[in-house]
Amino acid sequence: MTKQVRQLDRVVIRFAGDSGDGMQLTGDRFTSETAQLGNDISTLPNFPAEIRAPAGTLPGVSSFQVHFADYDILTPGDAPNVLVAMNPAALKANLVDLPRGADIIVNTDEFTKRNLAKVGYAANPLEDGSLDGYAVHPVGLTSMTVGALAEHDVSKKDAERAKNMFALGLLSWMYSRPYESTIRFLERKFAARPELVTANIAAFKAGWNFGETTEDFSVRYEVKPAKMPPGTYRNITGNAALALGIIAAGVRSKLPVFLGAYPITPASDILHELSKHKRFGITTMQAEDEIAAIGAALGAAYGGSLGITTTSGPGVALKGETISLAVALELPLVVVDVQRAGPSTGMPTKTEQADLNMALFGRHGEAPVAVIAPRSPSDCFHAAIEAARIALTHRTPVILLSDNYVANGSEPWLLPDVDSLPDLRVEFATQPNGEDGSTFLPYLRDPRTLARPWAIPGTPGLEHRIGGLEKADKTGDISYDPANHDFMVRTRAARIEAIEVPDLEVEDPDGDARVLVLGWGSTYGPIGAACRALRQRGQSVAQAHLRHLAPMPRNVGEVLRRYDRVVIPEMNLGQLANVIRARFLVDAIPYNQVRGLPFTAAELETMLEEVVKNA
Amino acid sequence: MPEPVALKLTAKDFKSDQEVRWCPGCGDYAILAAVQSFMPELNIPRERIVFVSGIGCSSRFPYYMNTYGMHSIHGRAPAIATGLSATRPDLSVWVVTGDGDALSIGGNHLIHALRRNVNLKILLFNNRIYGLTKGQYSPTSELGKITKSTPAGSADSPFNPLSLALGAEATFVGRTIDSDRKHLQSVLRAAAEHNGSAFVEIYQNCNIFNDGAFDELKDPGTRDDYLIRLEHGQPITFGKDGQFCVVHPPGGFGLEVRETAMVSPEEIVVHDAGVAEPAYAFALSRLPGLDLRNTPIGVFRNVSRPSYDDLVQSQLEAAKAKVTGTPEDQLAGLLSSGDTWTII
Repeated sequence: MTKQVRQLDRVVIRFAGDSGDGMQLTGDRFTSETAQLGNDISTLPNFPAEIRAPAGTLPGVSSFQVHFADYDILTPGDAPNVLVAMNPAALKANLVDLPRGADIIVNTDEFTKRNLAKVGYAANPLEDGSLDGYAVHPVGLTSMTVGALAEHDVSKKDAERAKNMFALGLLSWMYSRPYESTIRFLERKFAARPELVTANIAAFKAGWNFGETTEDFSVRYEVKPAKMPPGTYRNITGNAALALGIIAAGVRSKLPVFLGAYPITPASDILHELSKHKRFGITTMQAEDEIAAIGAALGAAYGGSLGITTTSGPGVALKGETISLAVALELPLVVVDVQRAGPSTGMPTKTEQADLNMALFGRHGEAPVAVIAPRSPSDCFHAAIEAARIALTHRTPVILLSDNYVANGSEPWLLPDVDSLPDLRVEFATQPNGEDGSTFLPYLRDPRTLARPWAIPGTPGLEHRIGGLEKADKTGDISYDPANHDFMVRTRAARIEAIEVPDLEVEDPDGDARVLVLGWGSTYGPIGAACRALRQRGQSVAQAHLRHLAPMPRNVGEVLRRYDRVVIPEMNLGQLANVIRARFLVDAIPYNQVRGLPFTAAELETMLEEVVKNA
Repeated sequence: MPEPVALKLTAKDFKSDQEVRWCPGCGDYAILAAVQSFMPELNIPRERIVFVSGIGCSSRFPYYMNTYGMHSIHGRAPAIATGLSATRPDLSVWVVTGDGDALSIGGNHLIHALRRNVNLKILLFNNRIYGLTKGQYSPTSELGKITKSTPAGSADSPFNPLSLALGAEATFVGRTIDSDRKHLQSVLRAAAEHNGSAFVEIYQNCNIFNDGAFDELKDPGTRDDYLIRLEHGQPITFGKDGQFCVVHPPGGFGLEVRETAMVSPEEIVVHDAGVAEPAYAFALSRLPGLDLRNTPIGVFRNVSRPSYDDLVQSQLEAAKAKVTGTPEDQLAGLLSSGDTWTII
């Protein structure tokens, strides 16, 4: 039969199943196929912290949402157009997000009495009419996969496990995705077990062919490539981009890189990635704890490496004392905090922006550091380079605030020209700098940056001692002098303020906005999408997004005062809003949510519309 | 390899311009002087020597050495030194720490540095008391110790630092005493020659808060009967007249002290610091009683195992050996690896 092909401009698909069903992999493959086609993409993985939560239960549901379009998009989408539900739990957990009319593809084999009871379904939702408003496609994903693999030399268990490839094949057919990259991927993944390569490919093709032949799917969709700037692209997650940014910073600074890290969700992938790239002169050390991880990174920095430690909020809390030591020693150090929902263990696989206060203020004594935050997955690459630039040039710890949303989300990334990346080379001290020509003054400062010389062990004639005790200006000798301490505390603050950062840019295409939305970090996408939607409906709203939280761009106060109202949406209880209010005396309106999930563009749009109306 | 050039350094070259500020009579002075006069023997230029310390009286040590040095934070010196040593194999890295710094707040870092066998020379000044905070009991204070924080006596059993280090399978473990410069330097010498972690416990007198803690080991009237001076390859006998010896008790674990006259010479243990199994050195570490009798000093264990630094560096070198092209080319290749697409 000939199938109708319908053009769409955008689609949101959510793959949902049990933690063990391979939904992250399925979503990832669909994303990769979609990227090949040239659509713009944004993804949102959502999974429990438990590796294998009890099978078939609500807490065990893992999902992956992908939004793709023929224009540039900013978020993974608020509501799915299509839900793939591998079991009753996946249906129940995700139905609430589905608008009426959405397609639901369910694996009917899993809708047994027992599985339904497990999640509290009294009756089978596929039969009781409760899904009447949706386009439900019942498919025996497991049985059809097992049937398709009957002739293959694989166990029943392995055959059943290939059902995610059947689902991927079906969805790939529905949305006309090119599948060559998935075939290549399967060949790589199962290289050691050729029978699984053929079985998984067969399952994929069975899903594809099922779509083509069944009458249940009468329409096939196409989403044309997006108009994007020319160049070579790849799809990238924030954690992968951050790791590449660190490698790039090593290459551009011509310094060895040392990463000290302790495994912690959601930052561990950066350690995994960097440990693969020793050929770039990168040493990775899985330390005995978070404190040793930063300690070793600081020790390496003292010896002339680009020292980095990666962690999440609980780890930053443990590293606080060493960050303060780095402030006192005035050595370069990059601390990456991939934020997750807290306090304490909180929700390790869910996102939040609640470590801003800790990054800005969470140390004993007056211990200012630079703080920056990437706005999107691919921006993590450039943010890592910027963090390294500030650390190396200004000899200071820099905290980079990523979060779970950008770390695990993905988007297409226009690959940069390596030669266009900033030159991060620094000069180590080689000569005495005292007026007598023979003395070395470890705390004599560069008049512009206020940075002290980086004199690494091994340099003859510059032997000196540094430590956590207060140091006399210039000589670095231990000093308890009141005036010296006052001077050094103020100088350490001035050093951070002396860091040059680009001005805050404002996007106000209509030019007559009276309301400014100010954000930082990963909220860029939802805020941007909400502003666009408002503008399309004729409302004016301005958007500005802070990348540098410390020091802030010099024009922030001036920008804020241009608008009647300033709204600050954050995934915390108003941490940036408090800073803005305290520092600029601007009556900013905080808009806060701490649900472990990113804002939806729709909720921000509703909120902003209200503010614009009353401005 | 060409013969290294003699640097002709002296103890004076290792004295910094900082005024030494320990209490008069502190055992740290003797250790500092012993280290400064030993350093020239290394024949390593001063700029390639680094002292890293934590917090405590002993941790002021780096300020007084005219080398590179870092006075860091409480307990973390082994971690900081690990990052330095692993990335800078050209340096000679020394950690100076105390019983509170290394065994209480920094216990975790110490054992992990030792199990990794990082190329660090760790000098633990053990005075069995917290000095800098004015006299609280430490993790090596005796059970029942009365201090400012334990007026009714400490309820904590102490650590035996050497047993702990051996439990972590340290490759070099030794003990010496602040007041015996010759012996102290002999242990430093052996530690310096060791590739990997060398852990040296130095009994050090705090004359303010725990004076006389090791007097029996120093007093000419008692020391020979209390101290067991370990010498590699020699039968372990001690006492003024060699009247005591160490034997393997038949059918038991560990080692015991006997009267030399009561055993046949072949029963006396011949000290071998190179025994691969740490149980032997561990048994030696268990000999002293609470009264300090039967305290072995010297090198307990000195075995060879690849250092963390060497393993890390060889992985780096192996990876770099496969590289062709500039780092920039490599980076461009890495960025565009995987599934890419081009928009014209």
